[in-house]
Amino acid sequence: MSKPEQTLDVTVWRGTAAGGELETHKVPAHDNQTVLDVVSWIQHHSDPTLTYRFACRVGMCGSCAMMVNGIPRWTCRTHVGKVVDEGKLTIEPLRNLPVIKDLAADMDAFFDKWVAAEGLHHPTQSRQDPIEPIDATTPARKQANAGIECINCAVCYAACDTVAGNPEYLGPAALQRAWTLLNDTRDGARATILDAVSGAGGCHNCHSMGSCTQYCPNELDPMSAIAGVKRETVRHALLRRKDA
Amino acid sequence: MKTPPRAHPLWLAFILHRLSGLALALFLPLHFWTLSRAITAPDSLDSFFALTELPMVKLAEFGLVFLLAVHLFGGLRLLALEFLPWSNSQKTLAAAAVGVAVLVSGSFFLNAI
Ligand code: FES
Repeated sequence: MSKPEQTLDVTVWRGTAAGGELETHKVPAHDNQTVLDVVSWIQHHSDPTLTYRFACRVGMCGSCAMMVNGIPRWTCRTHVGKVVDEGKLTIEPLRNLPVIKDLAADMDAFFDKWVAAEGLHHPTQSRQDPIEPIDATTPARKQANAGIECINCAVCYAACDTVAGNPEYLGPAALQRAWTLLNDTRDGARATILDAVSGAGGCHNCHSMGSCTQYCPNELDPMSAIAGVKRETVRHALLRRKDA
Repeated sequence: MKTPPRAHPLWLAFILHRLSGLALALFLPLHFWTLSRAITAPDSLDSFFALTELPMVKLAEFGLVFLLAVHLFGGLRLLALEFLPWSNSQKTLAAAAVGVAVLVSGSFFLNAI
């Protein structure tokens, strides 16, 4: 049990794309406190120029992910008590992304790859058509239902060593999105998606290290989704050869 | 920046596969060169084979068989992962690959000594 006078040594990264450094603050410790609470306390009471990003504070929006003691996490859903290391916390911007300022990472590359993987809906019907009934019990729909729980927080992207080694690699989130659409009967661009995810930066870069699945705060399994995408691209390539 | 801890089973399976693959790639040229001496220099090959009685060499052979087995079974797991319907027991399968490799190389070692 921490008493009110106890403090945490919180080290936050300060800087911009041009460079930066770590800076330590003393923050009052409480029994119930999230990492986001700690970051907010620093901004409210210690240094108002600290930049960070959050919105919902309940694990819905995916904007608050940061590196906490070296692990990518949703700061709003991470209890300090669970991650504090001998009274110390080190908070840094997400790995594998450029930084804008302090703890706010530049998410452009992440979202650009989502689009590059054709992670957008390709409609098969218009609003004039009657609503298409979807069978929620098919295996494919179950896969798609799992995938749509992704909230684009980029924790998997920050955890992935393949992204770290190859900046072109689309990454776990974008590939899982592709898998979701491949399993969605309402999506009409199967071949386009498969082409998009089988190129140089595509799914075949994945070494199945599984850090995405290990660290996903939503307990999704991008690694299995990527394996699914790999299977489909191979099947598609073989079928295409037969048709040609 | 610190990298996220990698000591989780599938990352370890990845690094084991990569390192065993590299080690085998380094070993293969040596292996072929030695074999080629059966034609080019049979006498020196015989004296080389005498070395295989040394305990250190036996231990190294055990290591080699382990590398081969772990790369083979780990590779089978990866092929299954990429081409067969998904199985959720990847960690168990990775552990099993290492287990079988230990078994194979262990019985090779016991046979050799
Ligand atoms: S603030 Fe929305 S997920 Fe953390």
